[in-house]
Amino acid sequence: MNDLLNKTAESPKTNGGSKIVHAFGALADLGAEVANRSNFRDTIRTSLHLLLGSLGIMRGGVARYSRFEGELSLAAVRGLGDEFPLAISLTREDERAFLECGTRALEVADARDLTLLSLSGWILEAKDIELIVPLVVHDELLGMLFIGEKASGERYTTHDKDVICAMGRHIGVAISQRNLLTELERKADETRKLYDEMRTTYNDTVRAFAAAIDSKDKYTEGHSTRVGKYTEIIARELAWAEDEIEGASVAGYLHDVGKLTVERKIINAPYKIDAKESKELNRHPAVGYEILMPIHHPYADVPLAAKYHHERLDGRGYPDGLYDREIPYIAKIVNLADSFDAMTTDRPYKRRRSAPDVVEDLRRNSGLQFAPEITSALLRGLLRETSGDSKNRRFRKLLGRDYMETENLTPLLRKTLDEIGTTQAITLSV
Amino acid sequence: MIHDLEVGTAAAVVSEDVYFSPIATLEVPHKAVVYAGDYLNKLSGESVERECRQRMAEGATELIVDFSRTEIVNSIGVSILLGVIDAAKSNGATVAFADVNEGTAELFEMLGVTNHVRLINN
Repeated sequence: MNDLLNKTAESPKTNGGSKIVHAFGALADLGAEVANRSNFRDTIRTSLHLLLGSLGIMRGGVARYSRFEGELSLAAVRGLGDEFPLAISLTREDERAFLECGTRALEVADARDLTLLSLSGWILEAKDIELIVPLVVHDELLGMLFIGEKASGERYTTHDKDVICAMGRHIGVAISQRNLLTELERKADETRKLYDEMRTTYNDTVRAFAAAIDSKDKYTEGHSTRVGKYTEIIARELAWAEDEIEGASVAGYLHDVGKLTVERKIINAPYKIDAKESKELNRHPAVGYEILMPIHHPYADVPLAAKYHHERLDGRGYPDGLYDREIPYIAKIVNLADSFDAMTTDRPYKRRRSAPDVVEDLRRNSGLQFAPEITSALLRGLLRETSGDSKNRRFRKLLGRDYMETENLTPLLRKTLDEIGTTQAITLSV
Repeated sequence: MIHDLEVGTAAAVVSEDVYFSPIATLEVPHKAVVYAGDYLNKLSGESVERECRQRMAEGATELIVDFSRTEIVNSIGVSILLGVIDAAKSNGATVAFADVNEGTAELFEMLGVTNHVRLINN
């Protein structure tokens, strides 16, 4: 800028000082425009106005260059008319020539060697384009300015060209920023797609694991899958965020992963297992935790759900006999989903229980084994379906139509929800 | 003020409300007056340009841009006015600027805008 001022001081024109002050104002406005605007097209349009208005230029345009397409495409124009081409092809030789030139104002009349001018020179002349200015930032050709005649009819001075190039550099930076942003958006989009694919793979793997766990137990086929679905329903009823619901569902699917190490004959025992077998079976939460812990899950609570899904609020659960607030919330949800499925499916040693019986069990154990608000969430989901408030048939698909149409189930659910609403979870200190 | 430029009855119907709106136009056959706001920047400039183009499309061949309330014209304003001048030329119309203050007149002079428009009532 000092250079510009010095040149102005040498200028024979009496209004040189005013000119440079006006140009400075435009340059400052352009800097602010490039720094602040988020709408690229608007930024370029305004930049062109500032450039033309700073020197009283009748017409001009700003083009962006795509190296991939080898094409300059107009981003903003003033006074060039409809016949001015929206896109101008550029040869590699032209590109090289412009890169060597840098951001410098070239007189159209002096640049006849360029292929650009042999192809499009006629239109530049027809539109009184006097200067072309390559926009070069970090050795990359980003665009071009097309500058028409001055309103004064005078030729462009060195000072004028300096002002145009200074403003051109700002516009080049704006284009560079835009290109970077576009590239970032493209990469973010790719990453998002990759993440979605990985998430799908992860969820498929989780379901495959659940199926593997369930295959060990011929009497409880589909148990892990159902617990995953009940956990999802409860989390949704609790108005969790979508990714949290997905995490809860995964915790449900994998809660019994530790059973993979338990002998099949214990899992499938068609009788009440003895103390030794029970001890072996009861190792599965801790083993499940050991299996899941080294895996980097997208949802942090998955191993904890496996470890603590047999804990009870009253401290009578296992493996650690934790009390209410010591138990991770996700484990409380999985505990209820697990118990609900155990009660509503046939087991080797007993038939599934009736719906009213299950509801009564949940009421009785709310605050002792189950957290009341989680029990309420499950019952609320059931009620939504039995009362017809929800067209969703999540429970019906899992429990069967007859089960869901048990006589008087809807009023029973309403009554139980009222009663549980007043239940307080016991909060015992250790 | 540009009342003395007006002919016919249109000027007589100008109300204060219309006059003090940022942009308003008075119309007489083939002549249109467009009022610039107090600061001719991008927002107000684009409104002026839109209004001028609209008037030309309706058949105006004399455009008068009234700067009586205009204190500052920035570079964007200059560019927009040059666009108006260019469009007027293409449409066979003329443009005049009325009541331009001294600073703005100097700016127009310096940038060669006055090569293309008449300044009146200065």
